[in-house]
Amino acid sequence: MWGFPLFPDQASTVAPQVDALYFVLIGLSAVFTLLVVGLLVYFGVKYRRGARADRSRPVSHNTRFELVLLTVPTVLALAVYAWAAILYFNMQRAPANALEFTATGKQWMWKLQHPTGQREINELHIPVGRPIKLTMISQDVIHSFYIPAFRIKQDVLPGRYSTLWFQATKPGEYHLFCTEYCGTEHSEMIGRVVVMEPAQYEAWLGGAEVAQAPAQGAGSAASAGEQQFQQLGCASCHRLEGGGAGPALAGIFGQEVRLQDGQSVTADESYIRESILNPNAKIVEGYQPVMPSFQGQVSEEQILELINYIRSLGTTAGPFEPEETTEPEGTTEPEETTEPAITATPE
Amino acid sequence: MAAITAPVSARKHYLNIDYSWRSWLLTVDHKRIAILYLLSITLFFFVGGFFATLLRLELVTPQGDVVQAETYNKLFTMHGVTMIFFFLIPSIPAVLGNFLLPLMIGARDLAFPRLNLLSWYLFMLGALSAVAAMAAGGVDTGWTFYPPYSTRSSNSQVVLTGLGAFIAGFSSILTGLNFIVTIHTMRAPGLTWFRLPLFVWAHYATSLIMLLGTPVIAITIALAGIERLLRIGIFDPALGGDPVLFQHLFWFYSHPAVYIMILPGMGVISEIIPCFARRRIFGYRFIAFSSFAIAIIGFLAWGHHLFVSGQSVYASMTFSAITYLVAIPSAIKTFNWTATLYKGSIAYRTPLWYALWFIGLFVIGGLTGLFVAALPVDVHVHDTYFVVAHFHYIMVGGQVMAYLAALHFWWPKFSGRMYPEGLAKFAAFTIFIGFNLTFFPQFILGYLGMPRRYYTYAPEFQVLNVLSTAGASILAFGFILPMVYFVWSLRYGRKADPNPWEATGLEWQTSSPPTTHNFEQTPVVTHGPYAYSPQEPHDYLPQGVARV
Ligand code: HEM
Ligand SMILES: [Cu+2]
Repeated sequence: MWGFPLFPDQASTVAPQVDALYFVLIGLSAVFTLLVVGLLVYFGVKYRRGARADRSRPVSHNTRFELVLLTVPTVLALAVYAWAAILYFNMQRAPANALEFTATGKQWMWKLQHPTGQREINELHIPVGRPIKLTMISQDVIHSFYIPAFRIKQDVLPGRYSTLWFQATKPGEYHLFCTEYCGTEHSEMIGRVVVMEPAQYEAWLGGAEVAQAPAQGAGSAASAGEQQFQQLGCASCHRLEGGGAGPALAGIFGQEVRLQDGQSVTADESYIRESILNPNAKIVEGYQPVMPSFQGQVSEEQILELINYIRSLGTTAGPFEPEETTEPEGTTEPEETTEPAITATPE
Repeated sequence: MAAITAPVSARKHYLNIDYSWRSWLLTVDHKRIAILYLLSITLFFFVGGFFATLLRLELVTPQGDVVQAETYNKLFTMHGVTMIFFFLIPSIPAVLGNFLLPLMIGARDLAFPRLNLLSWYLFMLGALSAVAAMAAGGVDTGWTFYPPYSTRSSNSQVVLTGLGAFIAGFSSILTGLNFIVTIHTMRAPGLTWFRLPLFVWAHYATSLIMLLGTPVIAITIALAGIERLLRIGIFDPALGGDPVLFQHLFWFYSHPAVYIMILPGMGVISEIIPCFARRRIFGYRFIAFSSFAIAIIGFLAWGHHLFVSGQSVYASMTFSAITYLVAIPSAIKTFNWTATLYKGSIAYRTPLWYALWFIGLFVIGGLTGLFVAALPVDVHVHDTYFVVAHFHYIMVGGQVMAYLAALHFWWPKFSGRMYPEGLAKFAAFTIFIGFNLTFFPQFILGYLGMPRRYYTYAPEFQVLNVLSTAGASILAFGFILPMVYFVWSLRYGRKADPNPWEATGLEWQTSSPPTTHNFEQTPVVTHGPYAYSPQEPHDYLPQGVARV
């Protein structure tokens, strides 16, 4: 029972950076606390009633002193602020070559899907050393996706996509928690993240150890989306070659789309979702409002698959992705790693 | 200089002037209304404390084996609701502010005595509504009532509880209004703004927040109630609403509201430190203005509760910057209180011990505020036990310590009796130890990643949770002690002098307890507060003298 941790695992690229800030804050806090408490104790002993001390001419104000008190904490606070803000800003920008995963929160489970189509519930297997980007939505109330060892967290909202990215640095198993109170079994809406060596991950994807078989046969998340696209009848109007009752969807992802009313909108996840659920909200220039709403017929997960399919038809950088990237482009080759080959094996 | 005193004898004062029920329930005397508040919020403190005890018991083991998940969720919600709306917000303002403001400014009563009584009735009506909700099965949304959970899925007493908070809010608004008008119009002759005790300045700033902020929370709760009852889409995306809008509205009030929960405490500390250090307070004007700075900047910082909610990166960066600015006036106050001890002649009585606890614990609570204001660190610790520890350090380590300091300091004025000093010191130390053992381990738990509002948790979190629960038992014992000896002192305590601490404020220049009309004659104020002289311990200059 006494083997308890005092510090969490450090298993993502941002974790050491967040911890560095944390330790600097602890250092500054310790200095200030010791200063205040030290002075309290020192004055408290020296000037206790009855003790002999020089009490002549006590000062009761000193503007210079107050100004020092005003500036020193201000400068320190703003320095910490700037550091924190820059780190945060970078933490919000997913690299362009990130693997695109999707997550759906619902009371009380996490449903996750790999770019290759595999689905998991409350478990997420990922390769070490690759940036992973999650696009998340909730099917009911607000949840929050939290992996303490990676120092990342993001609320998962109903009706709106939020994103999150991370890159694991150490194979192993880590907690996945829900941190936005979401009802009775909030504390049981937990899971685990299994970080694997790339080769192992490939093997895992190969199906040998997949706990949850892909729902609609094999294939990527995009090909699952393609099946939806056919089954729901989208393809009858949105023909690949164009010329249907609806616009062709190839290559629109991430592009500006001109609307009937003269405005334009970026064809991102939210726009596609809206077009499926509430097609008449934004009519594309040159088309009639003839598309039926699929509200109630498709789940959030199916919508995510449809989005993946449309994304696979051609894509450009999304609003949050930086123009240039330092990572090797789209590689599936395992990167060189200095870690011992296997520190954990997936169960 | 002749203070206005009256002999301690069998004279009539506000407590014994009439013993009937009617005379209490229909009283318009601010001092009696303060006592009504004192009795009611003490009750709610122990109700909220009882819920906390059950929560801590459940968390002794990682499995959920004391209560069911649903019960646990109701317990933390009702703990939060009771402690915030029915104990902490009214604590110092409604009890001590009500009792002391008129006395400190040499007035006979508040500007609107009947409105003051109405405030208490509204408070009780709100509390009864919340109690009824608890009796009818309780509520499980958390005190933050976030939709769409609160407006859609939760099948508990959301509306009735919200109604309770809504009604109690009006009590807060009226109290704030009453204080502001009183401070503006009823100061004794000679009591200029910069001669006001800092307790009064702090209450002025608090009242501004109450008056300007509370309507927003009232509207927000009302909208949530409307959505829940009529299914009109305001916050629920399934109905076309926006759930983050609620969070903005909610924190637009509730962030400034945390200053309602700490500024009055700062006012108390600013009275007690000079008195027991026998020194003029250091940096009077800086302390006075910093209360306003906190109140005003506090209104602009609400978005720091939404760093992981999906708000824009730039909004988060702006709110973080503003939050750092709020920290500065607090730092100023802390250094000024510390500097006040320099060249003092310090008497270690119970109120001073609590004031010292306040400073130490507030420093920790405030500095950890900088951790959660630092964006990447907040991403990690948001909604974990780190935050639970942080806000308990401010609310319990800060305001509750100040409240206890104030109760001890002004108890002679309230009751005409002294509390037993030895026992009171023992309780103060018990509370300090219990408090730190309860809440310090939670900072570590939070950084380890233990989310809040969990009734079952990963086994590696257990040791720290056991420590925390052990601390909570010590703390609970510590909180019961003052209850016992204060009641005891009413009968057996030594009779109090009008000015047992040899303090300078006007409230000490009338008898203990005061008569219904506060002063025999309106005092005339000739100089500022805190005219203590450390060199000769018995030399001090009361703020007011009898009109000649
Ligand atoms: C007296 C000792 C106290 C103990 C042992 C205690 C313990 C707790 C615990 C275990 C929680 C649940 C944390 C979670 O799972 O998120 C909690 C939440 C809370 N406490 Fe306390 N508490 C105490 C006093 C207070 C006081 C005096 C106040 C305010 C005046 C207060 C205000 C709150 C609030 C606002 C919450 C959040 C409730 C929510 O999550 O909806 N507590 N406390
Ligand atoms: Cu959840």
